[in-house]
Amino acid sequence: MDYSQFLVMKQELAVLVVFLLVFLYDTFMPRGAGKALPVFTTVLLLLATAAGFCSQCLGSSCAAEAFAGMYATSPVISAIKNILNIGAVIVLIQSISWAGSDSMRIRRGEFYELLLVTLFGMYLMISARHFLLFVIGLECASLPLAAMVAFDKNRYESHEAAVKYILTAVFSSAVFMMGLSFVYALGGSLYFSDLYLTVAAGGTSLMLVLAIAFVIAGMGFKLSLVPFHLWTADVYQGAPTSVTSYLSVISKGSAAFAFLVIMAQVFGTCYARVWEWMLYAIIIVTITVGNLFAMRQNNMKRFLAFSSISQAGYIMLGVIGFNTMSMAAMMYYILVYIFSNLAAFGVIGAIERATGKLDMSDYSGLSKTNPRLALCMMLAMFSLAGIPPFAGFFSKFFIFTGAINQGSVAIYVLVLIALINTIISLYYYLLVVKAMYINPDEPVVLPFKSTCSERLGLWITVAGILLLGIASCVYTWLLDTSFVSNFAAYFM
Amino acid sequence: MFSNILIWFVVIPLLMLAGLGLCRDVKQVRAVAVAGSTALIARSVKLLVDYLAIRAAGDTAPMLFQGSWTWFAPLNINLAVGVDGISVAMILLSSIILFTGSFASWQVPQPKAFFLWLILLSTGVFGFFISIDLFTMFMFYEVALIPMYLLIGVWGTGRKEYSAMKLTLMLMGGSAFLMLGLIGIYYHSAPAGQPLTWNILEIVNNTIDPAWQRFLFPMTFVGFGVLGAMFPFHTWSPDGHACAPTAVSMLHAGVLMKLGGYGCFRVAIYLMPQAANELAWIFLILTGISVVYGAFSACVQTDLKYINAYSSVSHCGLVLFAILMLNTTAMTGAIMQMLSHGLMTALFFALIGMIYGRTHTRDITKMGGLMRIMPYLCVCYVIAGMASLGLPGLSGFVAEMTIFVGSFQHADMFHRVFTIVACCSIVITAVYILRVVGKLLFGPVYDKHHLELTDATWWERFSTACLIVSVAAIGCFPNFFSNLIKFTFSPEIFKVLGM
Repeated sequence: MDYSQFLVMKQELAVLVVFLLVFLYDTFMPRGAGKALPVFTTVLLLLATAAGFCSQCLGSSCAAEAFAGMYATSPVISAIKNILNIGAVIVLIQSISWAGSDSMRIRRGEFYELLLVTLFGMYLMISARHFLLFVIGLECASLPLAAMVAFDKNRYESHEAAVKYILTAVFSSAVFMMGLSFVYALGGSLYFSDLYLTVAAGGTSLMLVLAIAFVIAGMGFKLSLVPFHLWTADVYQGAPTSVTSYLSVISKGSAAFAFLVIMAQVFGTCYARVWEWMLYAIIIVTITVGNLFAMRQNNMKRFLAFSSISQAGYIMLGVIGFNTMSMAAMMYYILVYIFSNLAAFGVIGAIERATGKLDMSDYSGLSKTNPRLALCMMLAMFSLAGIPPFAGFFSKFFIFTGAINQGSVAIYVLVLIALINTIISLYYYLLVVKAMYINPDEPVVLPFKSTCSERLGLWITVAGILLLGIASCVYTWLLDTSFVSNFAAYFM
Repeated sequence: MFSNILIWFVVIPLLMLAGLGLCRDVKQVRAVAVAGSTALIARSVKLLVDYLAIRAAGDTAPMLFQGSWTWFAPLNINLAVGVDGISVAMILLSSIILFTGSFASWQVPQPKAFFLWLILLSTGVFGFFISIDLFTMFMFYEVALIPMYLLIGVWGTGRKEYSAMKLTLMLMGGSAFLMLGLIGIYYHSAPAGQPLTWNILEIVNNTIDPAWQRFLFPMTFVGFGVLGAMFPFHTWSPDGHACAPTAVSMLHAGVLMKLGGYGCFRVAIYLMPQAANELAWIFLILTGISVVYGAFSACVQTDLKYINAYSSVSHCGLVLFAILMLNTTAMTGAIMQMLSHGLMTALFFALIGMIYGRTHTRDITKMGGLMRIMPYLCVCYVIAGMASLGLPGLSGFVAEMTIFVGSFQHADMFHRVFTIVACCSIVITAVYILRVVGKLLFGPVYDKHHLELTDATWWERFSTACLIVSVAAIGCFPNFFSNLIKFTFSPEIFKVLGM
């Protein structure tokens, strides 16, 4: 075996190295040094991220394959991994205060180790070109997350959420693998490239339709698309806030891209025949149901859970557009969504740490007691709602433009439905702004000082919200990277 | 980049925002607001003079002072600017109203935050008027909408939370249709094989496929029409205006609603004339209803702001009505009406704010005989009312006259009937204006406590005087303004319409 092919997996190796260092530090350093572990991990992952960007900029992340084609990478793939890396670094920064607290003293290491393992699994999912490797990545990414959800071991909700999460994760894996067995029966291989040819050559059989339906359902659980979303709100509410934010951006973003890879590189030829309409229906119900449920939530984490369900629907517009432009727009949307959502979770986490309050009604008068936190929250809400000049406006505009690039009248109708839904979403995002700025009630949350790490996290996310859209180079870079990728060959 | 005069209309508000961020007390806030809005007025007067000079020298390009800077190169999105007569007039209008609005909100609570949002709003307004790139135009349009939510929600009166939410959601609902329309225009902006473009001047040369025009025209027209208070999408307007603070009402009725009319003309009709010609009748019916229905509704209101808000629905309906007549005379009238209504309604809202600040009520059944108590404000009110009902010598007469003359040029029954129906609104306007003037200003004093009220302060006198001078200027020198805007109606658009 040629061991040099491991070098193709640079980004996975980087995460693995970080994992090992954290593991060794956690195991062998004296107990007193554990306090520094959160910062240590964050810095290491930051270095790994920087290295990933450097290699991308220097052009050394060209397309390559390893392990007889089971694993593939290309500039687009490393770009999306770098994007997820940034998100993970921000999540780590935001979790420093929480992980540094005394109640976490003996469990600190596990949190970071589990998180890094899931990140590793997500990378495998994105890069896999063989369903065996894909399933390894999928399990690697979901099972440790259940442990992370249960991390607040003294809270009942945390356990409940973990049980719900693990049951749905396992069930969705089973559904997904049911689909895989159909796919295997059709093609006699688990290589994406072989399957692509078989699917292209065969007609539209019931077996194929079932296979695709199962695969979409299996991934739909990960992405929390309606009707596979029922676990989302409970898990988001029960999990520790740092884990919730990780679940809502990184896990979702990686699954969305992996989903695009499967749909393009395995089922690309039956886009118009089979799955365009399945996804069409799913997107409509996902966006609409997510929005309608979000309107009635009072708990901020549940609220953001439903908002993230509808955001997942918008992300899926990048898949259904099925062209290079919509793929770039989807990556850009994920990036902007990471920053906007993490800004919101940063504020929620800070307020929860200082006061334990989590309800929207507790945010009344926040602009008087904690004006800066309120401002961050407002920017995050505006960005999620797609208000210019914040980044969310650009990402929404481009994902709609990308989807319409597909050209059919049906897509125009879909985008119109999505646009009308943005108005509904604007309503509930404004409810938060209203609570903070307009409600005349006495403030519930008293003035408090947020910690250094919380402020750093918020500064980074707010900078992203303000700059990612106006600085056109980000989107242009993603677009250029996408146009040189081999995805164009799969799109019709 | 900064050598282009138009960029300064966005840069100055941005500098004002930065300046406001540094302010520590209310005096500094006022200084920044006044200095910035004076700079904007000076710039727009200079723009007007330069524009006329270039036109007098014989330049007949559709847009002057053009500049273009690449933004998102792969999508061909540029920060493209350029103005014609309409834009120059609108920029002048906006800067006058921002200037007077700053004086009208001299004593607003939390001045720093208030002016931050107000200036952000005006950044959007100016950006919208100078853009000739659909993407940036749309972006500035939305920038202008969202500050309204907080301005009304925080500084408003009455049912402010409800009104702010209703206004924001309805206007954003309009912009949802608009966004789809604009993306659709982009994908049909060039013949197959040529690069797509967002630039208005390029799109108008490559005619959009008429089949698509039929779909995209209603999208964009409704999108902008919501902001122009077109029936049945006008319901945000009375509530929004009634609850907004004075300067916001002024800016919103005076300028923001003009964004709707301007957009309908600049995007919907200018880019898609064939569809406009085919589908104008649908929207003529809707806007005709706005004109008459708005005027009738104003007759039965008792709240001063509601009266004026419904009158705005009627007058802005007339703008869209005239644009849809698709001939030079009526369109010129539409632009005159935008200017006239902008100034006049800003004057109205300023005066109502000043009266309300003294009497603490806007209910006309609870006030009376104010002419004896505050003569200056009441005389201004009468002048505004006369302008509104179309007294010759003031702006309203010129605008409405031009509109109806233009509309009557259509020889067919449908247009004639609708013109006559719309004409009736003049009479109804007279009814509700004179009703207020009679009840509120003359007659016996209703409340003894009102006798102790004072007349206008210096900043109030100044801001109203500026507006009255402008209203009279349009009324006395209409030729100047119609010359200013006549180049806009370049022959291309009418060639398509066969006129």
